[in-house]
Amino acid sequence: MKGAGDSSSLTTDGNILIGRAWIFGDNINTDIIIPFRFKSRTNDPYEMAKYAMYGFDPDFHKKISKGDIVVAGRNFGGGSSREQAPVALKYAGISAVIAESFARIFYRNAFAIGLPALEIPEIKGKVNQGDELKIDINKFSAEISRTKQIFQAKNVPEFMRQMLLEGGLVEYYKRYKRFPWAH
Amino acid sequence: MSASSLQQQYHQQKQDIPHLKSILVDNSLTFAEKAISIKNVEARNKKSKVISATGDIVVVDVDLAMAQDSTGPLAIRSLDEMGIDKLHDPSKVLLIIDHTFPAADEKVANLHALIRDFVSRHNCLLVEGSISHQYILEYLATPGMMILGADSHTCQAGCVSAFACGIGSTEIAAVWATGQLWLRVPETIKINLSGILNKGVFARDLILDYIGKVGEDGANYKSLEWKFSKENVRKQFSMDSRACISNASMECGAKISVFPVDEITRNYLNQNPRIGNGNLEKIEIQSGDSARYIDEFEIECNNIEPQVSGPDNVDKVHSVDELGNLEIDQAFIGSSTNGRIEDLEIAARILKSRKVHNNTRCVVTPASVRVYEEAIKRGYVEIYLESGAVFTNATCGACVGTHLGALGENEICVSSSSRNFVGRMGALSSKVYLASPATVAASAIEGKIADPRRYM
Repeated sequence: MKGAGDSSSLTTDGNILIGRAWIFGDNINTDIIIPFRFKSRTNDPYEMAKYAMYGFDPDFHKKISKGDIVVAGRNFGGGSSREQAPVALKYAGISAVIAESFARIFYRNAFAIGLPALEIPEIKGKVNQGDELKIDINKFSAEISRTKQIFQAKNVPEFMRQMLLEGGLVEYYKRYKRFPWAH
Repeated sequence: MSASSLQQQYHQQKQDIPHLKSILVDNSLTFAEKAISIKNVEARNKKSKVISATGDIVVVDVDLAMAQDSTGPLAIRSLDEMGIDKLHDPSKVLLIIDHTFPAADEKVANLHALIRDFVSRHNCLLVEGSISHQYILEYLATPGMMILGADSHTCQAGCVSAFACGIGSTEIAAVWATGQLWLRVPETIKINLSGILNKGVFARDLILDYIGKVGEDGANYKSLEWKFSKENVRKQFSMDSRACISNASMECGAKISVFPVDEITRNYLNQNPRIGNGNLEKIEIQSGDSARYIDEFEIECNNIEPQVSGPDNVDKVHSVDELGNLEIDQAFIGSSTNGRIEDLEIAARILKSRKVHNNTRCVVTPASVRVYEEAIKRGYVEIYLESGAVFTNATCGACVGTHLGALGENEICVSSSSRNFVGRMGALSSKVYLASPATVAASAIEGKIADPRRYM
């Protein structure tokens, strides 16, 4: 995995992400992930990162370690179309988000900026705060190291996975000079 | 490029769509299937008929691609990083400065300058000082149009039967570059409306009631099609009311939210001439009688009471009685959800010859310059000022807590704006309750959440 944020330093192989889980509930909306008044006053991803999950805990960005993984309930990322939400998480050091379900625009945005978003309804109640998780981008699956349980994420079209592997749409375009869905 | 120069630049643009008629009369297709089928790039390239069925992933031609002042800068950044310096068609690219307009501080002003510089380099359309969704409704949206916007409430344009939905900044940059994007054809929920709304009950109460029943993700990824049981049911929904419903459908996750074209749509479009790319040939899409819906939902309008939603989640919906004694610090009437002339009219009727409560601030914000002008013409602004309310320029300001009505620690606001999420309008400890403009105006007078039916 590549990308300007390159938060995936804990990976041993480019397509394997290893990190500790942060557990969230249902309906974590984009206003919680990054409030408007902060995201609308900068165009710098590292500045946005200082407000990641501000609505949950203004110091969240200081408490996480690089590579940590957000594990949430239903409808993660609902509300606004703000791409600053996945950007703030990625640049704060979050390497992936696993949720029971995602809101539509957040899901698209996550792939577009190269933040892996894995929809795994069965994850509910299985992961504890701080559990080590291993995500395989090729297989699009997540493993809980403690229990050795492996969960398959909802499948995505191959072009979306390719976009993710390149680190997002910008990186994909820079490499291929076309968009992944183009005829 | 100014709006008036665009007006002269275009006349009705014919659309060359293969097999258009046979798609439109196909009885088995939903609105979403038809709307995406007629914009299918593959069909256009091969000049063949391609039906885009629910679940398909389709690359479509986009007729209008909008970003605003809080999503545009990131789109411009992505475009620059990709090294793209030419837009596919500047006449389809719209930048709107609305969220923090006029700039509230230096940081915002710098981002606005970035947008103006981009617009002057690419000669695309710039609008300042009207909320994007309202401007698009007033000047650009037309039936069958494919509208993508880097703003979740872009779905508002479904009120004139456009296919309109929100996406993010980098994807809108890709549309600016190519004129195209991939879409998944959504499943459709059909909502059958019957009955007549009671006095003091409005479109906003109806959509809050629906969201309360289905939940914040109840229509996630779905297309909503609004249908009427009878003529008189249909006729009670003005264009302003339809815009409110289509807009607020985002709060249960809808991808699009569509009203069928009728004489109310046609009259609205005649009275509000389209400019620029809005002069695209109108394509009136009606879903087929045997179209497949994933769900159907019945709403009896006569059974709905004034609704109040909150705090923290839009699907936390109560009847106004349940929250009747909650004291408020601020009452806000405005936003793309409820800042139209119909909304300002009901607020003026309630506030006329009355005073805003001593312990409460009341802020009224029109959704657009046109609504602003109309409010002055009709004498509403005098009424607001006499009542002790503040009347601001058109902006998203208070709704997103960026300026002109932000909340401090532990403050409570009843608001006609779009969302009540934690910290939405300011401090994380502040609380927002959503309601119709009538309920908000009544609450402003009483200094607590109040039933508007007492003022009807």
